[in-house]
Amino acid sequence: MTETFSVRKYLRDLKLPFCPGCGIFTVMNTFLRAVHELDHKNLSKFVFCSGIGCSAWIPSPYFIADSIHTPHGRSIPVATGIKLLRPDLNVVVFGGDGDIVGIGLSHFIHATRRNLDLLVIMVNNMVYGMTGGQVAPTTPFGTKTTTTPYGNFEYPLDAARLAVTAGACYVARWTTTHPNELKESIKKAIKMQGFRFIEVVSQCPTAFGRRIGLKSAKDMLKWFKENTISIEQAEKWSEEHLAEKIIVGEFVRRQRPTLVEAVYKIIEEAQKNEEN
Amino acid sequence: MRTVNPGTYFWQGNEACVEAAIIAGCSFFAGYPITPASEIAEHMAKRLPQVGGIPIQMEDEMASICAVIGASWTGNKAMTATSGPGFSLMQESIGYAFMTETPCVIVDVQRAGPSTGQATKCGQGDVMQSRWGTHGDYSAIVLSPNSVQEMFTLTVRAFNLAEKYRTPVILLTDEIIAHMREQITVPPLKSIEIINRKKPKVEERAFFGLEEVPPMPAVGEGFNIAVTGSTHNEYGIRLTADPTVHRRLVERLSNKIQNHVDEIADFESYNIDECQIGIVSYGCTSRTVYEAVKNAEKRGIKIGYVRLKTLWPFPERIIKKLAETAEKIIVPEMNLKQMFYEVERTANGLAKIIPLNKIGGGELITPEELLAKIEEAEKND
Ligand SMILES: Cc1ncc(C[n+]2csc(CCOP(=O)(O)OP(=O)(O)O)c2C)c(N)n1
Ligand code: SF4
Ligand SMILES: [Mg+2]
Repeated sequence: MTETFSVRKYLRDLKLPFCPGCGIFTVMNTFLRAVHELDHKNLSKFVFCSGIGCSAWIPSPYFIADSIHTPHGRSIPVATGIKLLRPDLNVVVFGGDGDIVGIGLSHFIHATRRNLDLLVIMVNNMVYGMTGGQVAPTTPFGTKTTTTPYGNFEYPLDAARLAVTAGACYVARWTTTHPNELKESIKKAIKMQGFRFIEVVSQCPTAFGRRIGLKSAKDMLKWFKENTISIEQAEKWSEEHLAEKIIVGEFVRRQRPTLVEAVYKIIEEAQKNEEN
Repeated sequence: MRTVNPGTYFWQGNEACVEAAIIAGCSFFAGYPITPASEIAEHMAKRLPQVGGIPIQMEDEMASICAVIGASWTGNKAMTATSGPGFSLMQESIGYAFMTETPCVIVDVQRAGPSTGQATKCGQGDVMQSRWGTHGDYSAIVLSPNSVQEMFTLTVRAFNLAEKYRTPVILLTDEIIAHMREQITVPPLKSIEIINRKKPKVEERAFFGLEEVPPMPAVGEGFNIAVTGSTHNEYGIRLTADPTVHRRLVERLSNKIQNHVDEIADFESYNIDECQIGIVSYGCTSRTVYEAVKNAEKRGIKIGYVRLKTLWPFPERIIKKLAETAEKIIVPEMNLKQMFYEVERTANGLAKIIPLNKIGGGELITPEELLAKIEEAEKND
């Protein structure tokens, strides 16, 4: 790490579209800082895929890199086609909670099950931000959103735990108040193989915060801080106590044969048999 | 890397499609099982690894088409195959492939819909969906084979057109053509024309404009490609507020196909300069036309036909020509009138357009039924 860090090195000279105070800035910065600390002078070894939503705009078209901005929810299947044919490239998916575990949930589970060599970074702002604050599969029970004016009558999905169950090699959750932990997780995940998932609980002051009585980004960060507990701590608590909490930390770190390895082994064998 | 040897084979339509795709250079297949297209996935699963390619069964058809799109951006040729229900699920991303100028091939083996309808029976009900299935303004290239041999040649052509025009191409076949077995000849590989997409020069940066069909880089080549289905300029940068950028983009995408109808639109025709009665047909339905025409001629009826090998863009010129000669044109279809309206619009009153429709049970319109229609048309002069 000889050069000093500057996001400009990795970003096109375009105006970023995010609202002031949005947590997406933190995720974007932290990711690029991680890349910098891993000594990537540029993003030429990466391909980014992202669907539709504010969070999906992180790489596209702002990163000076190959970026594919896919239909809503379909970033993971597009990434599947890319990674299988270019296993040498680092394929990273960015997306919102709606994109990744709402409309795209099935792809998320199947890519995890297959152990596709992919890093998925999900910005969980607990809402459909881009479309103006509708309820998401991650919205806490009872919360008022534009489509749950009397309070959300559904329970939120725990994407990190789901990824662990489905077989991910690496799973971590942090909030935007944990940029250092997040950065270290991203660095670790970039260097690993197999399916890796990082969830970042993030503030959307525009479409969520102000509706739940948290007027500014600062109020939302305070709320995160007060409600965050570590996974180690959480193990000692009852489910009841945990209901309102954001559990952060590394959920799993393990290795198992990846999809790319399995597929290429089959090709090699099929070709050998052909020759015989 | 081994493609099938030239020679004579006795193949099913779906098998011919797979071998042709491999010869055309297809190295990736993603699909989801559905009758009557599953044999394509099964043959691909066996054959692709042998030639160094990758087959994968995805979780649904949306994932399948998207994996194909991803594969195409690595510089590889890729395809998927499905039937009506899956074709419906793919529509959003077919529009995405059109908007992002992603070459790929989508095979729709038609069965009797709507919905799960008669899942194992033939139909021709997806003709309009193949043209207008996704939302927004666009143009489609849709090919329609009528034999196992043509499953082969038109699959190669589908890849060639996709690469040449940088656009998704649909091979719209049907249960009968896909499932029947026929003798087929695989010509020497050297005689088969294979077109590959135009690649950019190192210094080029405009992959989404400037030229009618811009050059297409692949990911990982250092071009820093920005691909988006949202309105974008020639450099791929999203610009969704500017009406001129949208107009320029979408009109170019449409025109790059519409300006080349004569090259893309392929057909077979017979006696269209002298006929009193014409027939316009395509796909499995066209197979009964030959016999009906022979028998009509024996009865002294002056008859001719156009058999569409390209459904979209619609070959208006030849249909107009037919309408100028023929007094009546019969359009037999295994649906409740789809291409009929296109023929009627194109004929524009020059000839009377007569529908002949049959759905249910996958039963073909028989030569007798068609002959009866021809005779009825001739009598009612
Ligand atoms: C098929 C489809 N349905 C709906 C939409 C509209 N839409 C755009 S973004 C979005 C939700 C985004 O939410 P999320 O993924 O959480 O991203 P955020 O904006 O919150 O970061 C929706 C529903 C769409 N573009 N495509
Ligand atoms: S709407 Fe919310 S998520 Fe989107 S940019 Fe604004 S603050 Fe961020
Ligand atoms: Mg969201």
